[in-house]
Amino acid sequence: MPEAGLLTILPMNEIVFFLNKVVIAGLIIGSVYALGAVGVTLIFGILRFAHFPHGDMMTAGAFVALVLLWMFPGAGAAVGLPTAFVLMPIAMAVTALFAVGLDRTFYRPMRKAGVKPVVMVMTSIGVMLMMQGLLRLFAGTGTRQLYVDTDAKDIYRIPLGGRDLVITEPQLLLFATTIVAVVALHLFLTRSRMGKAMRAVSDNPDLARVSGISIDHVVRTTWLIAGALAAAGGTLLALDVTLKPDLSYNIILPIFAAAIVGGVGQPYGAIAGGLLVGFSETLAVFNWSVLLRPLRPYLPEFIEIPAKLAFVPTEYKIVVPFFILVAVLIWRPTGIFRGRVNT
Amino acid sequence: MSPSLREAGLFAGLALLVAGIFAWLGAAYGVRMLAEAACYAIIALGLTIQWGYAGLFNVGLMGFVAIAAFTTVLVSFPVNDAFWQGDGPVMLGQAALTLAIGVAVTILLSRSTRIGMPKGLRTALTLIAAAITYLAVQGQLDPAATLIEREAGFVGGLGLPVWMGWVAGGVVAGLLGWAMGRITLGLRADYMAIATLGIAEIVKAFLKNADWLTRGTLTVSPLPWPVPTPQELGFVASRSAYLAVTAVMIVVLYVLLERAWHSPWGRMMRAIRDNEVSAAAMGKDINRRRLEMFVVGNFIIGLGGAALITFTTIFDPSSFAPLNHTFLIWVMVILGGAGNNLGAIFGALLVYVIWIMSEPVALFLFTSAEAWGEKLFGWQAPDDLYTRALQMRVFVIGLTITLVLRFAPKGLLPEKVMRYD
Repeated sequence: MPEAGLLTILPMNEIVFFLNKVVIAGLIIGSVYALGAVGVTLIFGILRFAHFPHGDMMTAGAFVALVLLWMFPGAGAAVGLPTAFVLMPIAMAVTALFAVGLDRTFYRPMRKAGVKPVVMVMTSIGVMLMMQGLLRLFAGTGTRQLYVDTDAKDIYRIPLGGRDLVITEPQLLLFATTIVAVVALHLFLTRSRMGKAMRAVSDNPDLARVSGISIDHVVRTTWLIAGALAAAGGTLLALDVTLKPDLSYNIILPIFAAAIVGGVGQPYGAIAGGLLVGFSETLAVFNWSVLLRPLRPYLPEFIEIPAKLAFVPTEYKIVVPFFILVAVLIWRPTGIFRGRVNT
Repeated sequence: MSPSLREAGLFAGLALLVAGIFAWLGAAYGVRMLAEAACYAIIALGLTIQWGYAGLFNVGLMGFVAIAAFTTVLVSFPVNDAFWQGDGPVMLGQAALTLAIGVAVTILLSRSTRIGMPKGLRTALTLIAAAITYLAVQGQLDPAATLIEREAGFVGGLGLPVWMGWVAGGVVAGLLGWAMGRITLGLRADYMAIATLGIAEIVKAFLKNADWLTRGTLTVSPLPWPVPTPQELGFVASRSAYLAVTAVMIVVLYVLLERAWHSPWGRMMRAIRDNEVSAAAMGKDINRRRLEMFVVGNFIIGLGGAALITFTTIFDPSSFAPLNHTFLIWVMVILGGAGNNLGAIFGALLVYVIWIMSEPVALFLFTSAEAWGEKLFGWQAPDDLYTRALQMRVFVIGLTITLVLRFAPKGLLPEKVMRYD
């Protein structure tokens, strides 16, 4: 059979390894970045400042899910999904309201005083420090699981030649949620009245105001969406790995990179940017020798394949989003999707 | 109240506070606190140049401090003979040579449009050259690093005087700032904040993982002091000597900065900060001036950082907590009064004293909360209450930043607005 012959020639083992380590891992982390970056880019588009506490908002959302998990431990078993995922909509709602409260308490007075954007950024950093302090005060610095004993973490193994393609339940849920969120956001921004108003404010606030659009409503909606998506991203990330307060600080830089790469103020750009940053990270730390090894018999003698051939060692993973960021800032400061830089 | 009376009053209050701490906790503790606060004051002076003079938003302070501290270690730590007698120096030299050749080729290629190379081809060739350089250097560095780590531990220092290490640290921090500024200064402040945050993370990741260079998590100690160490003179005398050195540095920097502030150059900087567009219309090269400020500020930050780490006598790359300390210094500057050098020094001293004292206070509050909670509600406190109590300090920094920005954006000692009638 020709197919069987083709399969034996192809190094399935290595290709599946590549799929596992790069494609799936990149999709996972990219989806989380995308969920965060959409919020950051919306806030930037409407309110014109970089929202530093976004990573903490994601972690806070995950902790809300944890608290809900303690309150209703049996909710998941009834549906057959992880409890934290079933309770996630409530966590999203709580975090969305929390985001609006944050805006009311800290950002709105500054906006009313008409401060410079850089002062807003500093205020947001102050808020970030406060949130980190509170999260660690109440949660300690240890790690926690968002899985309770009643829900088993399903792991799907798809056999493909030698090695299995491995994907877990939370990862599938993460993909599903991201797709649903993206479609819903698209419909909201293009079909609904409020979505159109948001785009108008993002494009030209003064024109939008004189057209009779209520800026207050738009701002509130922005915070609601950003908070809800942040909670979803945080909860799903915590389901996939573990939940710890340090989570936030490690993802804020890639999220900013994703938002800027995609073009600031462009929600679709943020999604593309998130996936781009996610894939770059996994590609950069991937050990390419694994893919080169099957070529060994066809290569001339003098070419040696080193045991480890990665672009960056794993401990320098943080460097990758930064370099993408700098490269974009130099060559195309508006990002892929033509966002705004100087407004 | 006139500004000078206000200054006198605030400094008198601070002196009373410090005197109280001396009486309560002893002279050795008090002098240590003051010496550390003086180092922070130098860093705050550097930041007040960037933020107060030029309005630059530098969130990567700890990256510049860390790289300056590392340079100090490299210059002034005693020579490691095991390293110099092995094959390490030769291998490192080869890697450096490869790097130099690769960088030269890459730069030449990036300029090749001048001899008629098409732009697309130029970019492609430049990228390929950069990638080959990177891989070649990495390939040579890896065996060298393994060898050095196995045979000598780490490269050690050059054994030069400490002050040379401090100056070198400042220069390296300034150079890093120059490279960063070239990239980010033309963009708006948000991007600059994100980029400086990123550079701080990278510097920290590098120093933590390059074991052959910095010993990584094993830390380097004891660092040599520019004055006799406590083993020779006792705590109070040696720390006082150190304090005197840093105090002299502060005075020198203060005088220089005040002169710069009152000079036409300082006036130009304020003009750029206050109204970029009109300054540009008057023919000022805004990005170039900002780059100047950024580099000078980072030099001073590096100097202060080097002095601070030398005082602690231990170089531990993982101790440069990016958030807590960076924004501790930010609080010093905005609380003291951005654009007022005296304000920056005052803010640094006051905030550091409060910061140091907040540890026992937080602990006291939490242990009493624990006792009361147990008595009244039968509440069982978690075991890691102590570390959690310290997290409150991060919260307090954040709260102070938001409150000061909202209610006293000019700080305790506001910038003196100069009028030219």
